[in-house]
Amino acid sequence: MANTIDHPIKKVMIICAKASIEDVYAALVMANGAVMEGIEAKVFFTFFGLDAITKKQMKKLHTGTVGNPGMRMPGGLPFPTILGILPGVEAGVSAMMKSQMEKLDIPPVDEFLELITAGGGEIYACKLAVEMFKLKKEDFSEHVKDIITIGQFYELAAGEGTQIIFT
Amino acid sequence: MAEKIYAGKSVSVTDDGYLTDASQWTKEIAAEIAKEEGIDITDKHYAVIDFIREKTLKGEALTIRSIGKSGVVDTKGFYDLFPGAPLKKASRIAGIAKPSSCV
Repeated sequence: MANTIDHPIKKVMIICAKASIEDVYAALVMANGAVMEGIEAKVFFTFFGLDAITKKQMKKLHTGTVGNPGMRMPGGLPFPTILGILPGVEAGVSAMMKSQMEKLDIPPVDEFLELITAGGGEIYACKLAVEMFKLKKEDFSEHVKDIITIGQFYELAAGEGTQIIFT
Repeated sequence: MAEKIYAGKSVSVTDDGYLTDASQWTKEIAAEIAKEEGIDITDKHYAVIDFIREKTLKGEALTIRSIGKSGVVDTKGFYDLFPGAPLKKASRIAGIAKPSSCV
């Protein structure tokens, strides 16, 4: 444990580039976990990850039911990919995932962002991706601090004890 | 495991400084542990600690979210009361085990 005392992590910079439930929640759990430990946390959403902080999309995140080898039926049987393409299946699976998370007291995305920012964490949107998807500041959750370039992201990362994490 | 004297009482604590027996806890012990964490304990702190103890002793899992929704304090207020690592600090002052929650 000596290592943790000598060189504690002081800041984490987390990048989320995908919109699936598991990608977004990996980033949010890590950011919130850092804040809970007194570690500075900044999350940078880019490309499809922007869905997680876009008011219109943040409540509708899905997990992919096609091309996802980890998918299983309740009970553990394999989940045939052909089922995943049927209308409503992805929505159903996603709703089930969300209800399981709620049972573990994992909040919905908007509330999770609130938890992170209440603890001093910061949420950013990638300028390039924002322009690419033709989004505006008002399209984003109130918890988004700013739209920044990758250069500004690296400036924010400055300092000893920073880790950059790409989920 | 070690013994430590708080408020004139000997209590057993883990290596991380958490009380191993929540029933040994008193308000005076809480005030001294708080001082170690750099916190001057107030009634507001005690209100949160009472909530945490009550919930934990009932066997319910403790998360920042549940504390933020308790009505005792909001999330921001919780971070303000126990700066840095609120769940850990508050648990230690409340005399309960180190939190094992990821949220």
